[in-house]
Amino acid sequence: MITYVANRALQFALSLIVASVAVFALMSLLPGNAAQVALGTNATPEAVAALEAQYGLDQPPVLRYFDWMGGMLTGDFGTSYVTGAAITPVIVGSVQVTGILVIASIVLAILIAVPLGTFAALEQRNWIGVTISALSQIGIAVPNFLAAIILVMVFSLTLGWFPSQGWMAPVEGVGGFLVRLVLPVVSLALVQAAILTRYVRSAVLDVMREDYIRTARAKGLTRTKALFVHGLRNAAIPVVTVAGVQLATLLVGAVIIEQIFVIPGIGSELVRAVANRDLVAVQGIVMVLVLLVLVINLIVDVLYPIIDPRIRTAA
Amino acid sequence: MAENLLEVRDLTITPAGADGPVLKDVSLSLAPGERVGLIGESGSGKSLTAQSVMGLLPEELRATGTVSLAGFSGNVLEAKERTLARMRSDIVSMVFQEPMSALNPLMRIGDQIAEALRIHGSTDRRAVPGRVLELLTSVHMPDPEGARYAYPHQMSGGQRQRVMLAIALANTPRLLICDEPTTALDVTVQKHMLDLIAERVAAVEAGLLFITHDLAVVAGVCDRVIVMNSGRIVETGSVHDIFTNPQHEYTRGLLASSDLEATDANGKLFTLKTALAYAGPLGEAGSPPEAGTNPDENVDADVEPTTASAGESGRVRTRAVDSPRAREPELTGQSAPLIEVTGVSKLYKARGLTLRRRSEVQALEDIGFRVSAGQRLGIVGESGSGKSTLLNILSGLDRPTTGHVRVGDVRVESASASALRSLRENLQIVFQDPFASLDPRMRVEDIVSEPLIARGMGRDERLSRVEEMLLAVDLDSAAMRRYPHQFSGGQRQRISIARALVTRPQILIADEPVSALDVSVRAQVLNLLTDLVDDYALTLLFVSHDLGVVQHLCSDIIVMKDGHIVESGTTEDIYANPREEYTQRLIAATPSLAGALASAG
Repeated sequence: MITYVANRALQFALSLIVASVAVFALMSLLPGNAAQVALGTNATPEAVAALEAQYGLDQPPVLRYFDWMGGMLTGDFGTSYVTGAAITPVIVGSVQVTGILVIASIVLAILIAVPLGTFAALEQRNWIGVTISALSQIGIAVPNFLAAIILVMVFSLTLGWFPSQGWMAPVEGVGGFLVRLVLPVVSLALVQAAILTRYVRSAVLDVMREDYIRTARAKGLTRTKALFVHGLRNAAIPVVTVAGVQLATLLVGAVIIEQIFVIPGIGSELVRAVANRDLVAVQGIVMVLVLLVLVINLIVDVLYPIIDPRIRTAA
Repeated sequence: MAENLLEVRDLTITPAGADGPVLKDVSLSLAPGERVGLIGESGSGKSLTAQSVMGLLPEELRATGTVSLAGFSGNVLEAKERTLARMRSDIVSMVFQEPMSALNPLMRIGDQIAEALRIHGSTDRRAVPGRVLELLTSVHMPDPEGARYAYPHQMSGGQRQRVMLAIALANTPRLLICDEPTTALDVTVQKHMLDLIAERVAAVEAGLLFITHDLAVVAGVCDRVIVMNSGRIVETGSVHDIFTNPQHEYTRGLLASSDLEATDANGKLFTLKTALAYAGPLGEAGSPPEAGTNPDENVDADVEPTTASAGESGRVRTRAVDSPRAREPELTGQSAPLIEVTGVSKLYKARGLTLRRRSEVQALEDIGFRVSAGQRLGIVGESGSGKSTLLNILSGLDRPTTGHVRVGDVRVESASASALRSLRENLQIVFQDPFASLDPRMRVEDIVSEPLIARGMGRDERLSRVEEMLLAVDLDSAAMRRYPHQFSGGQRQRISIARALVTRPQILIADEPVSALDVSVRAQVLNLLTDLVDDYALTLLFVSHDLGVVQHLCSDIIVMKDGHIVESGTTEDIYANPREEYTQRLIAATPSLAGALASAG
């Protein structure tokens, strides 16, 4: 188990290094350097050279890479060439916002999908199981921005229960924070829950066919109880895998919802940085996204052996 | 009603949407403490009967009739799940066939046994750990203390089956049902398991319903036998009566095809069709003994009960390899052998990125043998002995760590991709599982002709070759347009054989080709293999854990254990005087009808 986790942690560190080189190289390979891009095509060569010198862009790439990496390790993502402001506060703030949004969404999705999927599997022959399957099928087909628009029309514009847009940090007021959180979280969670429900349902169906469920029933457990005691944990492995992928996708995928609800998340910041041709900010944000995705994968990898003892010894 | 432990009346089971019942008017009873064997092939309805008694029938099946158990009021078939749950394990328990999947992989063994105790609340909570230990000890688990904290994957198949037995007997039920409990186990393990079941059932004075397709297994465990065929009971009687004087034609056929030591006038194994000429396991019925049988054989069997004297003399009825085929060259070979294996070792390393753990598995160590053209070599060993690794290396699917393998003129361990292609045309494999080894989405004609496409052969020529090959394995050409799921296990294995032989290889490797088949089908497939080996002048490598099967088919034998060859020689020699203790144990543990009958008598 310790070996397994150590291996995963090392893989995580190596992936991070490789990813940072790749991100840095991509940005450096783009035609025209960051100063040129920031100042636009009309800039005089002198102005570009001055900016290059100011930010050390005339240094060799290897040196600049280590400079950038060293900065990030101490929590400094550098300064924007466009606004001249430090990038770190922007990233930290927007990661917090997106983090809250995405984690709340995936938790809600799991809370909806696990009972619903299990129920759909147990009642697969009844109308109720068929209905759940059909609804989740429809849910998958609905893009989340459409869900967001419908939710806003119903719950904000018609009923007036929730504000249609905006964001408030929890420290500024928990009530205001929660009220603004509901609609974006629900619009993200619904679609994810629909997808996850199907995976939960098929995982539970698979598990119910397993011999150990029959053994449990032969011991004297009812079918339903056998599923709860022996089945659900066995069904967890495929579900955790899918939920991990969904969480990673949501990090960037939330950008549309962030735009619709005018939420200063990391997706919105990335869009803005690209629009402003702020290469340093883009580079920093992409790197943070890579880090978050790798962290999610690491967590999922560590969850496997906790769920399944066979993986503890196998790896 | 209270007289019998189990009373089944007119049990009829119909799948939803099917025209006819799969089980029809089955009636049987079992007295308290009685041990009954339920015998039949797959599809005969024996497992369905058992599941009905447990109330564990799949939902899509409709059952009518009555199933009553002493101590349970009402009809099991009509009871609610909640009522049934209380009855299961308390009155009737079950041990299932597949030990690898019957236990929850995520739960410790001790907890899984304790669960059975807790559900029924019969044991005081504080006494549960002690009782678990007691149960593990009672099934002779090595290190019962440590076994409580083990997970199923840390145990062997035999050990897991012991755990299953401990769970089944946790609440001392009055009836134990065993559904093919030893079919998935190695022969030596099977023998221990059978003894253990008999011992424990006697100790707790429970009744036993023992389901199996293997007649040889049932005799030592049961007093009475019920034979089922196509959803009906065809015959009932004591073990001795059924074995020596079967009344029904089907029972006779089953007996005949189970007996791998008897052959008909043409030197073939008996099948359901040719069973009329079968003289019985002791050869004492009126008909003349088959050609090529050693006349001493019958006397021999009567004098020395086989399976009982494990390891002592290792004696078994030896039968000369049939004289018509005794033309194989000797193991040492005169001219250059077709296959030559020298000093082959294979080492598997488990490796992580960090903290390199030196967990190595020596799968093969210093293996060497030669096979001449036309020879029929049996490779025998239990699971984990390295048989499969050896096959993979022979066929170029895996490379040895050290050593040399030459097949024909191909140096397999260093062969190029094109050399391996020509090797695979010349060397074909029939795999164990006829259900998993055929692509379910391909037609039979495409499956069988696939090896020919690689050769760039035209479609018409391919199809005519396929047709010819299917006829050779006794399938008609109508089979070409059908899909694998439309065939039975035995027919699928014929398709596998046709696919293997379509490239006209010199060498055929059969990897446990009959271990997943019913006995009657097993005899047919073995006969077919024998014919094909003769007709196509094949060199045969036959891998099996079942000595009985190998004995019939092979001229020479290699016995493997833990990656080593422990013994090799001609079949006759090895059976007559096995030198190694391991070989003796293997021979002694191989179930045979005569041996079973002797130990039952």
